[in-house]
Amino acid sequence: MIATESLSKRFPRVTALDRLSVDIGPGVTGLVGANGAGKSTLIKILLGLSPATEGRAEVLGLDVASKGADIRERVGYMPEHDCLPPDVSATEFVVHMARMSGLPPTAARERTADTLRHVGLYEERYRPIGGYSTGMKQRVKLAQALVHDPQLVFLDEPTNGLDPVGRDEMLGLIRRIHTDFGISVLVTSHLLGELERTCDHVVVVDGGKLLRSSSTTDFTQSTTTLAIEVTDTDEHPDGTRAVRDALDARGVAVQDGSGLPGAGHVLLLTSAGEETYDLVRDVIADLGLGLVRMEQRRHHISEVFTDSDAQRKEAVGHGS
Amino acid sequence: MAAEQPTATVPGDQTRIHNIGYRNYDGPRLGRAYARRSLYSQSLRGSYGLGRSAKSKVLPMLLFVVMCLPAAIMVAVAVATKANDLPLDYTRYAIVMQAVISLYVASQAPQSVSRDLRFKTVPLYFSRPIETGDYVRAKYASLASALFILTAAPLLVLYVGALLAKLDFADQTKGFAQGLVSVALLSLLFAGLGLVIASVTPRRGFGIAAVIAVLTISYGAVSTLQAIAEVQSGSGAVSWIGLFSPITLIDGVAAAFLGATSAFPGGVGPGNGEGAVYVLVTLGLIAGAYGLLMRRYQKVGL
Repeated sequence: MIATESLSKRFPRVTALDRLSVDIGPGVTGLVGANGAGKSTLIKILLGLSPATEGRAEVLGLDVASKGADIRERVGYMPEHDCLPPDVSATEFVVHMARMSGLPPTAARERTADTLRHVGLYEERYRPIGGYSTGMKQRVKLAQALVHDPQLVFLDEPTNGLDPVGRDEMLGLIRRIHTDFGISVLVTSHLLGELERTCDHVVVVDGGKLLRSSSTTDFTQSTTTLAIEVTDTDEHPDGTRAVRDALDARGVAVQDGSGLPGAGHVLLLTSAGEETYDLVRDVIADLGLGLVRMEQRRHHISEVFTDSDAQRKEAVGHGS
Repeated sequence: MAAEQPTATVPGDQTRIHNIGYRNYDGPRLGRAYARRSLYSQSLRGSYGLGRSAKSKVLPMLLFVVMCLPAAIMVAVAVATKANDLPLDYTRYAIVMQAVISLYVASQAPQSVSRDLRFKTVPLYFSRPIETGDYVRAKYASLASALFILTAAPLLVLYVGALLAKLDFADQTKGFAQGLVSVALLSLLFAGLGLVIASVTPRRGFGIAAVIAVLTISYGAVSTLQAIAEVQSGSGAVSWIGLFSPITLIDGVAAAFLGATSAFPGGVGPGNGEGAVYVLVTLGLIAGAYGLLMRRYQKVGL
């Protein structure tokens, strides 16, 4: 779907992309990075709107430097910022954008009605957009990106400004774009946790460099951390401590869950797979304690960055 | 639709859910030229408030009526009094009604471009097959066309009226044609100036004020200076001063080449030599406006 090869973009004062090489296949792909990591610059280059300083990129097998217009005909784009005129209705606006993508008038009307229904806008689509809630506006923005039935859509921060319920609905919708509509998705966010739930594949960029590109399952499995919390009994007044000692005795490294809710009662350990779960269960059963919770703690973007910072420092240390 | 089968519903039950799922589109995609035409027609309709809220139809429609009304009255008078000629030349009509034209440009140029900037719709357009040049050409052409409709409609009323009043056909046709050429030039010039000014600011109010200021202040200053020059040194300087405001520029071109009687003080327009300069300046301004718009939109990316 998308392939870049040592793609760089330098502005007079900053380097937005630094020799980025990624290969993105069909499915839902998350593009994660802090603000200013180069996500929007990458999308701009992929749409053929901004020339790369060096390197090359292909979208749907078309070169971005020479086939920009062809790419834009088959790709949808939902910008991060507000982009809707308030004094026209959603129908009117989306029909216009469909025609701007090259759809004949009748097809534009039909596809608009279909698409607005699929994103969950019904009667309100005839009212001016100015009166919509943020969630409804996001749906209109999504609809205009999908109306011409693209093969690939770029969604720039689609969950921005939504409340938790709206966020979940939007994520569900993004999932459906791929599973039900058969359209591949590149979605950006600065929240890794959010993308883990929706994406098949996650690409992390920082400072214009590729930090990591892997499937979501790799991402979480390789670093699964278990959080456990137990009750105290008369026999073991400090249950947490007892479990900790028992696990230590069996050679499992355990840390205090400091910084987490319920600190002091939460233990963290690195899971090596199924055996670890069994071990924890057995140890706690042997001690006669109650297991309050045992959950997978997911990796967060901050941790990806901490890891990479550590690596970078190491690299610098070796270099000097 | 033939494929729609009546579903097995309980009699009297009006609710039927049609979930036809997502359908892919495999019809034609008409590409860049079609997208440009779509933007053109949407902007042209928008210039008269069509496809927008009822409120935004009021001003352009009102100005259109105000623009045509005097023509209708003149025709009525000409028919009733069986006059030999229309009370006003075709080429003079737009000059006389310039306040209305200026008001129209001031209200619709920002409507056309400032809105897209303000609500950041421009990036959406550029994520479509069109390029910067297509956007500028579509917007320029649509506002020029809208102005042409505004200025040519009253001329048409005059022409039809003149023929109804059985005035000389050849004479009227020539005058009408000359009038059309002059309003076409006027439309291109005013649209260019209006768009350049409006494209600088995303604020519609500023756009409106700036366009009105440029059009009326330049005209006021030029006609005052012309009047002073007329009193002091005769008609030589009068012609050259006329180069500095858009409406006197069009007036000068019309007087030199389209057989119009000039509205300049003393009634003497530029001669053929000066007239050539007028035409060059007019075309230069139109080209310059286009160039500036292109430069402006190179910078407005995503």
